[in-house]
Amino acid sequence: MTNVSEIRKKTKLIVKKYSGDKSALIAVLQDIQEAFNYLPKDALAAAAKALGIPVSRVYEVATFYTAFSLKPRGEHVVKICMGTACHVRGAAAIQDKMERTLCIKPGETTPDQKFSLETVNCVGACALGPVVVINTEYHGQMTMAKVDKIIGKIKEGGAQS
Amino acid sequence: MVNLIIDGKNVTVPKDTMVLEAARSAGVNIPTLCAHEAISRSGSCRLCVVEVKKGHRTRIVTSCLYPVEEGLIVDTRSERVQNVRRLVLELLLARCPKSDVLQKLALDLGVDPHPRFVPDTDKGKCILCRSCVRVCEEVVGVSAIGMSSRGSHKTVGPPFKEASSVCIGCGACVYVCPTGHIVMQSTGDKRKIWRRTFKMQACEKCGKYFAPVDQLKFISKKTGTPYKELAVCTECR
Repeated sequence: MTNVSEIRKKTKLIVKKYSGDKSALIAVLQDIQEAFNYLPKDALAAAAKALGIPVSRVYEVATFYTAFSLKPRGEHVVKICMGTACHVRGAAAIQDKMERTLCIKPGETTPDQKFSLETVNCVGACALGPVVVINTEYHGQMTMAKVDKIIGKIKEGGAQS
Repeated sequence: MVNLIIDGKNVTVPKDTMVLEAARSAGVNIPTLCAHEAISRSGSCRLCVVEVKKGHRTRIVTSCLYPVEEGLIVDTRSERVQNVRRLVLELLLARCPKSDVLQKLALDLGVDPHPRFVPDTDKGKCILCRSCVRVCEEVVGVSAIGMSSRGSHKTVGPPFKEASSVCIGCGACVYVCPTGHIVMQSTGDKRKIWRRTFKMQACEKCGKYFAPVDQLKFISKKTGTPYKELAVCTECR
């Protein structure tokens, strides 16, 4: 696990990249999330200090956007698209299957810190619906069988997908 | 100076005055919740809506944020305005059914006592007007509190929902809150607000507890006044 001083150091470097520009707050938060897979409390405090923004304001932004997570997330973030097109094509069934396969509900992380499950409202790939995004890879035309296949593949290979 | 007509009265006010102030100067009362003289305007409570007529068109606008214009015709209690205002109040009341301020306003404006919307039970008396957040940032200058989350989960409070380290316990947020959502308990030498307990300073002359130590320290740092001078309450000073 990353310790506090390391989190602070990394955050400071990220803020430096944007030369301490206040208006780059969202970009800074995105980079922090990229670095730690979530937004650690200490990183938010350090970012607020380095940018000269009150912590309350940083917390406001961090909690507003659903793309940001304040809880540690798994190595692989599974996002199930619940947009209209995906919903019509059976996203609910895919979600159900995914929940049973990973044994977690949306917003939760598996105990081994491997997978996190999230539902999102549209990933902008409606033609491929139902869509599941795992980390940054898009899996279109999902079926129940494909859920097992993809998750199984990640589990055994630990392959980056 | 700008000339306009409010509820049939000719009103002359300086340029850049808001319609709300112009109406008040003419003795026309417009109900408001979030407009407070100490903080910037946000127009978030939406109760101050009025109908403005410019040329042949009329619009519903928030009077607290609408600057006066030459020849503007304002109607503060037309049927249309009243309907909008009642709807706004019904929605506010559905969020905060326990708020006595809203209940009284509902009575004054003749809102149907049978609720149209399912009342919330977990929102307290907060109408999310941001007045407390504004006063903490603009007047006090510490920004100890802010909003968090969004939509129906949006709440006001210190970051991470824990005691704020920058809060000075001044109670300005309690003072500006239009509905009395924020709770501050002062008992003896302790003051409790936003999940934090502050130690109060006793006046060196009369012995009355009058302000949190943290607040006096903050003022001392900000103004350069020695703490000793501040440790005397305003009445004994």
